[in-house]
Formats: sequence, structure tokens, C-alpha cells
Amino acid sequence: MAVGGDTEVAAGDAGSTRAEPASRDRVRRKRSLERALPVLLLLPSILAMGVFVYGFIAWTGWVSVSNWTTFVRDLSFGGFDAYTRLLDDFRFLSGMRNVIVFTVLFVGVSVVLGLTLAILLDRDPWGGPLWRNIFLFPLAISFVVTGVVWQWLLNPRAGVNLLLDRLGVETLPMWYVSTAVVPGWRWGQIDLVIPVALVAVVIAAAWQMSGFAMAIYLAGLQGISEDLREAARVDGASEFSIYRRVILPMLRPMTITIVIVLGHISLKTFDLIFVMTGPGTGYVTDVPAVYMYESTFRANQFARGAAISVVLLVLVVLLMAPAIWARNKTEEASRE
Amino acid sequence: MSKVLARTPLYLVLIAVAIFSLVPLYIMLVTSFKSPVEATISRMWELPSTLSLDAWRGAWSILRPYLINSFALAIPATLLSSLIGSINGYIFARWRFRGSEIVFNALLLGMFIPYQIVLIPLVVTLQSMGLYNTIYGLVLTHVIYGIPITTLIFRNFYARIPNDVIEAGQIDGAGLLGIYRRIALPLSLPGFVVVGIWQFTQIWNEFLWAVTLTSAGQRPVMVALQNISGSQIVEFDLQMAAAMQAALPTLIIYVLLGRYFVRGLLAGAVKG
Repeated sequence: MAVGGDTEVAAGDAGSTRAEPASRDRVRRKRSLERALPVLLLLPSILAMGVFVYGFIAWTGWVSVSNWTTFVRDLSFGGFDAYTRLLDDFRFLSGMRNVIVFTVLFVGVSVVLGLTLAILLDRDPWGGPLWRNIFLFPLAISFVVTGVVWQWLLNPRAGVNLLLDRLGVETLPMWYVSTAVVPGWRWGQIDLVIPVALVAVVIAAAWQMSGFAMAIYLAGLQGISEDLREAARVDGASEFSIYRRVILPMLRPMTITIVIVLGHISLKTFDLIFVMTGPGTGYVTDVPAVYMYESTFRANQFARGAAISVVLLVLVVLLMAPAIWARNKTEEASRE
Repeated sequence: MSKVLARTPLYLVLIAVAIFSLVPLYIMLVTSFKSPVEATISRMWELPSTLSLDAWRGAWSILRPYLINSFALAIPATLLSSLIGSINGYIFARWRFRGSEIVFNALLLGMFIPYQIVLIPLVVTLQSMGLYNTIYGLVLTHVIYGIPITTLIFRNFYARIPNDVIEAGQIDGAGLLGIYRRIALPLSLPGFVVVGIWQFTQIWNEFLWAVTLTSAGQRPVMVALQNISGSQIVEFDLQMAAAMQAALPTLIIYVLLGRYFVRGLLAGAVKG
């Protein structure tokens, strides 16, 4: 949508002044106030966001290069030590590995599960809305509650393992207590790629958020007309190839949206880890957000805490920039 | 008959995922109604032989002040941020000015930052305002960082009001505020329900602000729940009852007004 002309006080895009000539003067006098009014009303929000988002980001950036490394606030410039130390910090590097692995697995599982459920529900099963409600209700629950419950369900001595044991499974999984990293390639100080303990956290997170992907895909599927599918069927396409050739490509914008929303939730993930597992033995389940919290509020290492949060911001930007670019491109393509 | 058979795999998958989805709720409910004797780890999958309210009572006696804190936080913060979002969204949808899209997008970006990046300045600022470790400080925080999402949902909402409805008000000579009060606001109830449910759920469930900006008696319920679960002394059944009680307000809203909750979910995700 185009930005309306600045002298127009008309509502919406299509509107224009349709007042009678006699009342034009009155309208014009009112205009100068009316023109300023939108900005005036927005001003508190603009100022609040300017200070609390943009100002604070700059402030945190400054803290990250300051000498504020004890309880006493010292905002003198201290160089980039906080960052260079992070590059050699086992806990931070483990956390970076974990959060990237976690994001890939969690977003991947949620997308696959969400898409599967959406396609199944789109085929109009008996009991329709009931299924949807069952898959969506975890979204209304806090990550804290999720963490508390899954901590018990995936406790090696309780929950799921009790059932597996009854089924006669010999070696029970250690879930989030496991310290293994598979396949265990050594890279500097840390082992790559996947800490097994993270799988438990991915299960809990996907339990909570898959419904979101499903809801987005369902909305997308409902936007694809039955005519289009019918036309493909008339052309002799099989159900499977209709999905592969027609429907999946049309769901691309939905996938991008899901990756943006879930990806950014995942990169800053804090509460679920904090409640369910903590940093874990050998930091197998630690993430930068938890390290940031403990650096800042437990260890008074404010410069380090700030530096970690700057890295987190960069991570989010790195994820969002290509995703938003891709979305704008698909939007342009669909307009043509 | 063959059609039913062909759909068997479909139902098998749906049932499997439904079980996955419901298992945590089952464990929470079943355990919280067990007597302390039955609420052992080894018997956690079994149904209680008698219904006991011991765990619910025990959890309630611990959580009650924190549940009250959470209501004292979530209700005013939801109302305030809905109101602000409504006015902002109305202006961005209906009273565009030069640069309004840029301002809108700049506000919207505030939604996507990892909040850790503002945490240290926020603590310092709230301390200097005397609002650190108060419910008011948390309300203020949630209202401010709620601006992007509430503005976005309301903007999309008001953009869908047909132009002639607004123009009719304009011909009457009503200005921005007049049209807002006489035309936009009366049509806004569904928008307020969607935004209100969304914000209440988010604020109630939030943890990072809660754990960093408050301590001791001022804490919202999610921090209290985390403390209960982290403690070795609190029994399993009590933890589940506490989790249930902390989850109940948003669950009830979901059961009663799920339709609007989903609308908020979609509205928040899809930028108009």
C-alpha cells in the first residue's frame, strides 16, 4: 500500500476531501491541527520505543565495552575484552552450539509436525475442531509449566522411561541427563554436533509450539481454492503430486513466517531451559540467554552479560534478515 | 467401507499426536488429585484410587499471593496496552502521514529483539525510577514492550473497516478523535477481545521480566512455580497441582475463547 499524501487528512487510501465548498474554510483551519494530531498521539509510543528499544540497545552495546565487571557500576570504556574472552569461553561456545542445534531441530520438527497435522485436518476428518483444539491448547500454557511437567516426563527414572521399561526396552534413554554429544567431533574446546540432552528439550518445545505451525499452515491451506485442486485432478494429477506440485509451493510464505516466529523464539530461549534442565553437566543444555542471565544477575559480570546479549541480537538479525527478504520476494512474486 | 479403511492411517497419526499433546495434561491432572501416599514417581501413570484435594490445597497455600500478583500485573497491563495499541493501530491504518510506514516498521522491530538486549538498561532505569521490584515496574515494562504487537493487530483490524464507513464520519465533520470515538471504537470489540486475550496470555506466562525485575513477595506466579519445581523438598504431587493452578487462568481463557486466541496467533504472525 502506498503512503498517502501528507496534506490529506482523509481516511484510508481511497478517501479524499468531499466537503461542500462553503465548509472548506472551516475544514482547512481544522486541518493544521488535524495534520499534527496523528503524530502527536503516536508520540508517547514513538518516544517509549525510541528509548526502551533503540536507546537501550545502544546502552547495552556501551555496557559490553565498558569496565562494568563488578557490583559497582563503572561505565568507562574498557575495550572489547568481553567479546574476545567469549571466543575462548567453553560455556559460551557450548551455548552457541546448543542454541543453533536446538533452533534447527525445534523449528524443523515443528514445521514437519505442523504441516502434517494441517494437511490431515484439511482433509476434514471426523471430529474436526476437536483435533485442532487438542493440538493448539499447549500454546496457551507458559514455557515454565511446560518445563516443570516435561522435567518429570523425561526424567530418566520416571515418566516415559517407566513405560519403556514396562515394554521391555533394555537401555533406557538418559534424556536431558545425558552428557553425550553425537557424533562428537572435536572442534577447539567443544564437541560437535548434537548434544543428546537437547533432544529432550526439543520434544518439550515442539510439544508446545507445533500447534502454531499447524495453525499457520491451516490458514494457508484454507486460502487455496478447491477449484485449483479440482483442476489439477482433472489434469490427471495424483493426490500426492497435487500436494507436491501445487499445494506445497503455495505454502512457502507460511513456512517463512513460521521460521521467523519460531526461530526468533528459539534463539532467545530462556525460560524452558532455565526451568527444565538448567545449564546441564558440561553445559550440554546451556544457551546464551541463560548464560547472559547468570553472568549479569548472579556473577555481576555486566560487560559479559551485555556482550552475550549483543551476540544474541546479531543471531536474531542473521536469521530474520534473509527470512524477511525471502518473504518480501514471495510477496512481490505473488503480486505480479 | 473402503473409504473408511483408506483413512485409517490419517486417524492413527491424529490419535498418536493427540496422545502426545494430552500426556502432560494427564500427568498434571491425575497426579494433582492423588493422595500423598499414591503420588509416587513409580506409580505416576496410574489413576488415583480416591480423589484427594491435599495437593491442590498445599499448592494453593503456597501460590496464592503470587497468583494475586500475577492478576495485579496482567489485568492492568492488558487493559493499558490494548488501549494504546488501539489508538496507534487506528492512526497507522487510517491516518497515514509522511513517513508513517517507516515509523510503523521501526516500532514493529521492537517485537523481534531478544529482550536480553534491553535487560541491563531496563533494570537500571526501573531502579532509578523507584519501580524496580514492584508490580508497577512490571506493568510498565509489559505495556511498553507490548506496543509493537498490539499496534500491529489493531492496525490490521482497522484496515479492514470499509472506507465508506469512515468517510461517512468525515462528511459529518468529525475529526480523527471524533471518528475514533464514534465509529472506530464501537466497532472495536472483537479487536479488543483478540488483543486482550493475547496480551493477558503472554503477560501471565512471561518469565524473563518476572524473574529479573522482581524478588521475594513481588514475584508473579511463574517465578513462584519455578521455585517450587527447583526445590528438592516439594513433592511431585504438589508440583503438579501448582503447575495446574498456574496454567489454569490461561487454559480457561483458551477453552472459553479459543477462537479469538487463534485469531491473535495468526494476526501476530502475519504482518498485514
